Amino acid sequence: MFTIEQVLQPETLEEAYQALHGNISNTVLGGCAFLRLGSKKIATAIDLSELKLDYILEPGKEIEIGAMTTFRTVETHPTLHQLFNGVLPKSVSNIIGVQFRNVVTVGATVYSKYGFSDLLTALLALDTEVELYKGGRLPLEEFLQKSFPKDILTRLFIQKNARKASYQSMRNSLSDYPILTIAVSELNQRWRIVVGARPLRAQLASKASEALSNSKLTAEDIEQSASLAVEELSFGSNIRGSAEYRKAMCKVLVKRGIMEVLQCK
Amino acid sequence: MKYVGKGLPKLDGIRIATGQPVYTEDLTPANTLVVKILRSPHAFARIKTIDTSQAAALEGVACVLTHQDVPKVRFTLAGQSYPEPSPYDRYILDEIVRYVGDEVAIIAAVDEKTAIRAMALVKVDYEVFDPVLDFETAAEHPSVVHPEADLACNIDIGLQQEKNIVCSHINEVGDVEQELAQCDVVVEETYYIQAQAHAMMETYRAVSYLDHTGRLVVTSSTQIPFHVRRQLARALQLPASRIRVIKPRIGGGFGGKQTGCVEVFAALVTQKTGQPAKIVLDRRETFTSTTSRHAMRLKVRIGADKEGFIRALDIEGLSDTGAYGEHAPTVFWVVGEKTLPLYNKTRAVRYHGQVVYTNKMPAGALRGYGATQGTFALECAVNKLAEKLNLDPAELRLKNLIKEGETALAYHGKRLGSSTLHQCIEKGKELIGWQEKYPRKEMGNNKVRAVGMAVTMQGSGIAGIDTASAEIRLNDDGSYTLLLGSTDMGTGSDTILAQMAAEVLETTLDQIVVYAADTDISPFDPGSYASSTTYVTGMAVVKAAQDVKSRIIQQGANFLETTVEEVTFDGQLLHAGDKSMTLEKLAELSILGSGKLQLVGHGTYGSNVSPPPYVAGFAEVEVDQETGKTTLLDYVAVVDCGTVINPTLARIQVEGGIVQGIGLALYEDVKYDTKGTLLTNSFMQYKIPCRKDIGNIRVAFEESHEPTGPFGAKSIGEVVINTPAPAIAHAVYNAVGVSVTKLPITPEKVFMGMQK
Amino acid sequence: MQIETTINGKKITLEVANDELLSDALRAKGYLSIRQGCDTSCCGLCTVWIDGKPTLSCSTLAFRVRDKQITTIEGVAQQAEEFAQVLVAEGAEQCGFCSPGFIMTVLAMKHELKNPTEQEIIHYLTGNLCRCTGYMGQLRAIKKYLGGA
Repeated sequence: MFTIEQVLQPETLEEAYQALHGNISNTVLGGCAFLRLGSKKIATAIDLSELKLDYILEPGKEIEIGAMTTFRTVETHPTLHQLFNGVLPKSVSNIIGVQFRNVVTVGATVYSKYGFSDLLTALLALDTEVELYKGGRLPLEEFLQKSFPKDILTRLFIQKNARKASYQSMRNSLSDYPILTIAVSELNQRWRIVVGARPLRAQLASKASEALSNSKLTAEDIEQSASLAVEELSFGSNIRGSAEYRKAMCKVLVKRGIMEVLQCK
Repeated sequence: MKYVGKGLPKLDGIRIATGQPVYTEDLTPANTLVVKILRSPHAFARIKTIDTSQAAALEGVACVLTHQDVPKVRFTLAGQSYPEPSPYDRYILDEIVRYVGDEVAIIAAVDEKTAIRAMALVKVDYEVFDPVLDFETAAEHPSVVHPEADLACNIDIGLQQEKNIVCSHINEVGDVEQELAQCDVVVEETYYIQAQAHAMMETYRAVSYLDHTGRLVVTSSTQIPFHVRRQLARALQLPASRIRVIKPRIGGGFGGKQTGCVEVFAALVTQKTGQPAKIVLDRRETFTSTTSRHAMRLKVRIGADKEGFIRALDIEGLSDTGAYGEHAPTVFWVVGEKTLPLYNKTRAVRYHGQVVYTNKMPAGALRGYGATQGTFALECAVNKLAEKLNLDPAELRLKNLIKEGETALAYHGKRLGSSTLHQCIEKGKELIGWQEKYPRKEMGNNKVRAVGMAVTMQGSGIAGIDTASAEIRLNDDGSYTLLLGSTDMGTGSDTILAQMAAEVLETTLDQIVVYAADTDISPFDPGSYASSTTYVTGMAVVKAAQDVKSRIIQQGANFLETTVEEVTFDGQLLHAGDKSMTLEKLAELSILGSGKLQLVGHGTYGSNVSPPPYVAGFAEVEVDQETGKTTLLDYVAVVDCGTVINPTLARIQVEGGIVQGIGLALYEDVKYDTKGTLLTNSFMQYKIPCRKDIGNIRVAFEESHEPTGPFGAKSIGEVVINTPAPAIAHAVYNAVGVSVTKLPITPEKVFMGMQK
Repeated sequence: MQIETTINGKKITLEVANDELLSDALRAKGYLSIRQGCDTSCCGLCTVWIDGKPTLSCSTLAFRVRDKQITTIEGVAQQAEEFAQVLVAEGAEQCGFCSPGFIMTVLAMKHELKNPTEQEIIHYLTGNLCRCTGYMGQLRAIKKYLGGA
């Protein structure tokens, strides 16, 4: 059972940030869908609801997604359906159910760097940056690789470009968490291959991406870069699947992802 | 017939669907203590010391109870007619804890928060033992799960405590080894069935309090109010007459609530404190600390002659009952009981094996009750035999299955009263498109589609043991009250039984008040389990209705001053020559003035047979050859449940059972860690099928007429869960040549199988 | 803490603990249609509407509904009963325990989607688990309800 001693609903990010650093067990609340799973003892729960971070905007060359935006908003957003072959809505649409996706937030998912995250896998295949209140803007890839001092994730920025993308996931029951997730994208012949739920968090298969980008995209090339992705990334076992099975699926899904991107308009 | 055979809505349908407060927790009195259980973190340990002083001293804590506070009388929580075949192997709380999640202490406090805070203050020192986690080696394990001297059995079930064997069983007719040796074709395979969870939406819960005379009242979401009363009487050492058990609406049971998982904990608190108490298990506790299906290993050998007649059948079983023996022997016996009589061209059949204790959550009753396990193993083996004989598996079955009027080696010398199973197969083949689709079709894009099949039987009630009663009272306004002890857990049995009463009494459903169940008011009924309610309680209702009807005619003859022979009754009016009287008038006069008699009809019924309902199940799947993922496209179930009393409710029963069977087949994996902690302990980790997982399900009925059943009816509740696992396994095999013998059929198993 | 919120159209002041979940707060307030089926935010039984959107009340901290519109099945009783009539005619309520959350999601879908296809219906309702009915009867009921409504 989790407990919350105090609740703070700050009116500025600075106030939220100060509170976060007030006590080691002070915590920023996300959608709270996973709060009950643990037995966290929170001294001050910092609720960002008043900071108006629930939005998707497209002011110019970027899509801007506020941290408190729910998965359901991503799923139903008209522009996101058009961009990148709808890879973002596609990635979140199989997660549990509508009432769950109306709860969970983009910010909490990205900040928590969940291994099983469908969304992270898709985001990483795009030109995504995160904004931390103190840490500033940085590429999502860097954010995922490094550890940072406690901060508040405020926004995501995604380059609005002609990137073509495909999202693939392997699930047994279709509302289950994934056994493996894959996102593949291409822009100006530069490819990105991302593999998540390994069960470790989503990671760019950089060698495979590089090899594919420099290839002629023959069946053999595709096969080879799928194999490269399997080789360069590490895979583990959990109750949803063994490392061996995940490796095999990685190869299959990467190939499918590439093929789908090649067929994209 | 006016009511039998009509797809009427459930009497309670609108109220329960719209969220009215009619379930156990909704009926909690004010100021009720909240009961929480401290559970064992160890799979096998002895409590050396337990210090509850700090917890008990916390403000708001009413009591903290340990093994020192409970009667030293062993009992079973299995809901079975006395004398129960399940061993008496548990105390309310024991000094030895036998699985991760076993009860260590009972904490009651003014609210949940306080109880949980108190729980953290209970200090327990354990002596940890080496647990028995693998049921296949339990009999040789040096640890003895139940070393106690006072473990008792009501009947000989072949208990060998020191070897962790709770039950040994053999039933052989003819000489199986000799017959197998003479067969032209023999197939042999070993199958594993997992410990499926019931996963009913309403978790286990009970509320207890003392009434105005100091009697203990327990309101519980239970399938077995009368058995719970008897269990409580023994466990708490109270006369049963001092206990009342009330069953309100139930949010699903599936056999789980045929075991008294929680009532005793709330009741003990009320007994100790005099205060109302409630216990509501959360989902994790429901997964880890109640019961599941018995996991089994079943080795099947089938022998046939060249013509394709099955001549010998042998099933050797090993069942894992976990830490306690609830339903251990009976579930095990049912494996053979509900499979061997299917194929009756045999010359010898045998079912034998053992049930073992392990340090895991106890198994118990779950829809299908052993028949599910047996059907998976037998039907997979029959499909394998068909391949070896180069026969269509449907043809092999049509040739070998028992028919109405016939007998079988393992059918107790009786003749089968009703069956349309052969028609069910023909109909199912037609619906699924067997001729065109069997065995497989390449779809391109690495996808292949295939079909598979299985058949099954169950029973209807427990022959010679379970006996149900019903009462029908004619009320002062001319309406009736039907009193039942059976427990509608969502199935619609209250409605179905009312339909039967209305049919006999030639009245309308709104003239019948159904009341169930309350041990102070209801006539005795073992409860709703073993597919008994439509068949056994149904016959009791028919008898009770006939009884009250004949009393009405008798009373009518008195009032109209004539003889019984002269009186006709059409449900509303009594006629005798030119004289008549309305039922309403008769009812009014029956309770007015001297020398009158309020009319009550009684019916009690127990059957000496348990007529099997049948299902022929057909699955069409698409398998992704690159990933091993099986997608179920279509499932056809053709059912013989005798006369269908309510086609709408029967159809939903079938669809629900099929989907639960699909879960067993494809999704519901059970995993423990190396220390015996259940990992699949939530809906997040234990996946029951969701809406997207089931494809299309089509149901058809081929009615038979069961001579011993009410209006020719048999049961339907359990038999419907049995065919999906073997039929889907067959379809997957036909698709990609991988025979998955260990459920569930996950993409990984299929994929790995394809790599071999 | 005290919060002002609107439940089923009525302004109400709720006294809630910091870590109290909306599902518990609603039950405590007498909205007994709120059921809890899991501890992992994945069964859909506790679905209510927050500002019209179907939401898990078991995963919503009660203080967060300050100044929001909460709707439980008690607040849409007439619509709920209209659909329940169709559902019950199919026998697809069975044990009924998951029905309130299910019906709230069906009604939300009706407001949100125009003429949904069978696939869209199934997708929208995937988060509502049911162990009794096998889902088919529910689907028949929804199609009849949408077709007739």
